[in-house]
Order: sequence, then structure tokens, then C-alpha cells
Amino acid sequence: MTTLQPPAAAEPRPAPPPARRDRRSWTGWGFLGPFVAVFALVFLAPIAYSLYLSLFRDQLIGGTTFVGFDNYQQAFQDDRFWAALGRVSLFLLVQVPVMLGIALLVALALDSGRLYGRDFFRISVFLPYAVPAVVATLMWGFMYGTRFGLVGDINDALGISLPAPLSPGLMLASLGNIVTWEFVGYNMLIFYSALRVIPHSLYEAAEIDGAGQIRVITAIKLPAIRGALVIATIFSVIGSFQLFNEPSILRPLAPNAITTDYTPNLYTYSLSFNGQQHNYSATVAIVMGLITMVIAYVVQLRGMRKGV
Amino acid sequence: MPKHSRRLLRGTVLICALALGATACGGSDDGGSSGKAVSEADVQAALKKGGTITVWAWEPTLKQVAADFEKEYPGVEVDLVNAGTNEKQYTALQNAISAKKGVPDVAQVEYYAMGQFALTEQLTDLKGFGAEKLSAQYSPGPWNGVKAGGDGVYGLPMDSGPMALFYNKKVFDKYKIEVPTTWDEYVDAARALHKADPKAYITNDTGDAGFTTSMLWQAGSRPYKVDGTKVSIDFSDQGAKTYTDTWQKLLDEKLLAPVTSWSDEWYKGLGDGSIATLATGAWMPANLASGVKEAAGDWRVAPLPQWTAGGKAGAENGGSALTLPELGGNKELAYAFVEYANAGKGVQTRVEGGAFPATTAQLTSQEFQDTKFPYFGGQQANKIFAESAANVADDWSYLPYQVYANSIFNDTVGKAYVSGTGLADGLKAWQDASVTYGSEQGFTVEK
Repeated sequence: MTTLQPPAAAEPRPAPPPARRDRRSWTGWGFLGPFVAVFALVFLAPIAYSLYLSLFRDQLIGGTTFVGFDNYQQAFQDDRFWAALGRVSLFLLVQVPVMLGIALLVALALDSGRLYGRDFFRISVFLPYAVPAVVATLMWGFMYGTRFGLVGDINDALGISLPAPLSPGLMLASLGNIVTWEFVGYNMLIFYSALRVIPHSLYEAAEIDGAGQIRVITAIKLPAIRGALVIATIFSVIGSFQLFNEPSILRPLAPNAITTDYTPNLYTYSLSFNGQQHNYSATVAIVMGLITMVIAYVVQLRGMRKGV
Repeated sequence: MPKHSRRLLRGTVLICALALGATACGGSDDGGSSGKAVSEADVQAALKKGGTITVWAWEPTLKQVAADFEKEYPGVEVDLVNAGTNEKQYTALQNAISAKKGVPDVAQVEYYAMGQFALTEQLTDLKGFGAEKLSAQYSPGPWNGVKAGGDGVYGLPMDSGPMALFYNKKVFDKYKIEVPTTWDEYVDAARALHKADPKAYITNDTGDAGFTTSMLWQAGSRPYKVDGTKVSIDFSDQGAKTYTDTWQKLLDEKLLAPVTSWSDEWYKGLGDGSIATLATGAWMPANLASGVKEAAGDWRVAPLPQWTAGGKAGAENGGSALTLPELGGNKELAYAFVEYANAGKGVQTRVEGGAFPATTAQLTSQEFQDTKFPYFGGQQANKIFAESAANVADDWSYLPYQVYANSIFNDTVGKAYVSGTGLADGLKAWQDASVTYGSEQGFTVEK
């Protein structure tokens, strides 16, 4: 039978238009295919699976049942979830402006060209970002210790008693400090690279017009890097809402200050791994994802509108 | 902060956890016979026939036992897997059971976690193998543990942790403090010690669910009552009040070192005398000997302080059993191994390896009781442990979801350790959170 095929294959030649159209569309898929496959597998499938999970409830007694949107209803009434969200929101409102402010200041200082040893300064500010979050948090955790760490040593040496950074009241600030330390360099680099692409002719023109450095910053530099500022803000908003590594690593050092529902991510983690509540955990994760998306989108809209 | 979409990660983690659980241990899924009665002859036949069993356990002394077992029954192969310690292993086991794939034939489960697996019929009731006949071999606490608050026998006790007071004799001698025999004396000793040396504390405590429940057990409190799927939780009985009244004094007067157990600082404190006592299970000596070498000879063991002078109440802290998951295969062979390890020749092997047994034969043997601990200056500490084991009240039960309850202990009771919240209020909050979870999981919960 196969011997009959070659002549058959030769026949379509006189009719090229449809064949070409076919070939064109398949070529496109050939390029797109690998991406779509990977995208579907690692991005869409987990989200779809989480959505699917969130519609069920698995109980120790009674097994798995379809519950529709009950889990969502529960999430909206869940004090522990909202308390966690409130905590990261407070974190966001305080830590992000501080971090971005410092990053911007450093970037402007580097860009001013008046700094001695600029390259060294730049690399040393950026260096903490190269330290893995786990290592950074452990390091800070040891420094924070009032009995064995740096704080303890200072207390002993000076005969004073500094407030304990790992106590419940100061924990959020201590976490903020770690995160700021880690990410100032990263944000500084975003701002700095945005500053570098501003054409120098603008500065010269400003100088001719008699503008001082402050005026140059407010009238040229800041408007020019608005895009970078918005991007950095969005990254930071998302990062704050997804706070997980730092509190989960500090937890063994301060189990009573960092609860299992300290941040939304920590809460979903403990729901899933301690409580076997995979379904509810998926629900909380989806709700949190939506909230993050909405807020990130609002930030982007606001940022861009100002730009116009 | 960079966005490497952790939301995405979160989704995949669920799948990965399932996948990991399923692939962590393949094979050995030949269904197994869940026929109720299995005779001794069936077990012997299985041993003769041979085969492979998979054992999930983290207990180090089992390695030797598995090797000996294979030598004695040449056709049998024991695949000993460390699938994580405590909760990590339970998560893996739960996932494997959910996936109905890769479930081990034998799994180590601690007494406090038995309920979670037993109640949902994920463990084989060993009564079918005639295991209840072995009850006389074990001391009351561990045997109560494998019954998991029900009528079944869901495993054979592997080790136990009758509590005793470990104390640093050097510190007590230095400040001329008497070793306390009651908890009231313990509070007085704590005051005297901290006054004599402001850097020294009677013990460390930053809120530990296992320790607290053991203390309640000894004080006569029975907060958890379990009857099938009916559960009641009540931390307001007299026993609980006895405990909170006393322990609150230690908290209020800041007489407890704010050091978390098993931290580097903890080992340091045990070594330099700034943590002077530990009330814990009889499995502690091996940890002291390996982790606190510099204090060798300083430490001694005393009976656990009592709530009433002259009392003789004990409690268990820790300990685990070997169980047969319902979905595991080759049950006859699996049971043969569990019996060998926990009721047969394996027990002696494990005692020699440093484990603390749950069997009365070993506990009461002259050789065991006469063992001198060089670490405790030659003290025959096993005598104290064995007596403690015999004094454990056997009517304690844990929640069928104690693993989860323990995980939120610091969220609730932990407040009493870092703020003005009272310990009793903390326990109340723990009770409420446990009740909520129980209801969500389909239990009928009474407060």
C-alpha cells in the first residue's frame, strides 16, 4: 500500500494556494508551540488545578465533597486571613516607601557623578541582593538575638537594654529592616540604569537655563524615570503581599511572635502542610492572588496616569 | 522585590507535594489482604515465602534491626526509608494515602499523631493479627498510645518517654538548692536559683505543645475526650488549673529562660548551667551525651516533681509506634517485621543502640536497671525511668488531629509567653481554635 503514496504526494503540486496557507499557519504554531506548551503546563495548569481544588472540601470525617463557593465564602469571613492581609498591608505602606526612597537617593547620588569611588559604592549597595534570602534572614536573626546575638552583645557591653527586635511588637519592623537591606540595591540598580539613559543634552540645556541640581532632579530626572519607579513599586507591592521566606525562617527563633498565619502566604502554607486543608489553602491563595493583581493594577494605572 | 510569581509556585507546590509523596516510594503496592483474622501460621508462611517490605521510619536503631531481620529470614528484604521526621513524614504519608500510591507497608507514627491516622481507618487494626495478646508486654502509657482513644490496636509500641527531671547537680550544689520533689518546690528552687545568679534559669520554655500536654497529663487534666468522631476539648478542669496556676508563677516572675528547645542557644545553656533542669522524656540521655558533651558528669536524673507531696503520678512525653497503613501491601510480612522489631528480638537490639523501650520485660530487667550512665556520673538512671513508666496514668487521649492542634499552639498559648495574656486564657484560645478546626473537619465537637 505504501508504494502508492509517492505519486499521490506529487499530485497536489498544481494547487499551491491552499497548501501555502496551511503551511503558514503550522509554521506559526511551530514557533509558538513550545512556548504555549510550557506556558500551559507550568502557568495555566496550576492555576486551573487550584481553581478546581478550591471548589471542594476534604474533611477527615466525610472525605471530599463538592462545596461550590463555600470555601470562598469562608475566606471572606476568615479573621485570620484578613489579619494577615492587614499585617502585610501595613508592612507595604511603611517598608516600600522607605526602601524605594533610600534606593532612589542612592541612585541619584551615584548618578550625580560627584561621588568618589562610585563603582565600589554601587557594587557594595547591590551586594546584599546577591546574598540568598535564607542566608540574609539567618544572619539578621542572629544579630537580633537579645541573649546571644549582636543586640545582646551591645546590651552586655554598654549595660543597657535595647528593645528586643524579635518581640511581637517589633517583629514587623525587624522584618522590614531585613527586606529593605536585601532589596535596596536591586531597586537602586533599576533606578540607576533608568537615569543613565537620560540624554546629557537635557542637563546641558538645563544648565544654560540656570537650573540647580535640585531643579534638574525634579524637572528632568524624576519625570524621566517615572516608568522605572512604577515598575519598582509594583514589584515591591507584589513582594510585600507574598512575604514568606523571611518570617518563615525567623519563626524558629521567635515562634510566639510569628504566628502560623503571620502573612497570607505563611497562612496558606500552614493550612496546606499542617492542617491538610489543601482545598481551603488553594482558595486563600487564589483570593490573595486576585487581591495582589488588583492592587498592582491600580498602582500601574495611577502611575501611568500621572505620567501623561 | 523581584516577582518570580510565587503565586504560581504556590499552585505547583500542591501538585509537587502530591507527586513527591507518590514517587518517594514506589513499588510494594500489591493490594494486601485486608481479611480480618490472620493466623500465626499465615505470618510464618509469608516469612517463608519472602518478599520486600517498605518501612518509613526515622528511628535510627531500626537500621540494625532491619539487617538482623533480613539475616534471620533470608527471603525477606526490608527497604528502610527515612521519609522525614515527625510532621514531615506524616505529610508525606497523608499524601501517599490520598494518592493511593506509594504507601509504605510499615510506618513510624508517634503516639500523639496516631489518632489522625487511626480514626480515618488509614491504619490496619492489628487485632486481626492477635496483637492485643501482646498488651501485657508493654507499659501502660505506650499501650494506651497505640489504642489511639479507640478499641483497636493500631500499631506496636516502639519506644516511650516516661518523664523524669534532669537536673544540673553542679548548679544545685553550688547554690545549695534542694532538688525539688513537688512543683511548688520547683517554683521555689526557680526563685532561689535566679536570685543567686540572674543569668541562670530553672528551665527553658517558650511554649511547647508536647511539653504542656504532658504536664497536663501528669496534673490529672484530661482535656481531650474522644469517642469515635465525637470529640470534646476542655482546658478548664481542675488538673489544668493546677498546672496553669503553678506555671503562671514561673512566667510572671520571668523565671523561665526564653530559649527554644533544640536551638544552639539551648545546648549552650544546658552546657554552661544557665538552664538548670529539664522535665522531659527518658529518651533524653542520648541527646545530652551527644549534644552537651562539656557538661558530662554534671547532670543527674530525679523523679518528676509531683503536684501533691508524696504523689506518684507520671506522664509520657514523646514516643512512637510502628504501624501498618491500610493501603500498604504484604501485611503478613509487615506485621512479622513490626512484631520482630517491637515485641521480639529487635527490642533488645534497639535498647543496646540507645533507644528507650516500651516493653516491661526490658524495663524491669536487672541488666537494664543496673546500667550505669557515665554521663550522669555513674547513676543508674534507668531505675528512675522504669518507675516513672509504671506510674503513667493510661486514660489520657490525644485529639484525632493533634498534629494540627500542636502546630497552632504557639499562635494561641504562645501569647502567654510574650505578653500579658494568662496561660489559662492562652489554653482557652487554643481550645477554641482546636474546636473550630475539628468542626471544619466534620467532627462533632463539644467544648
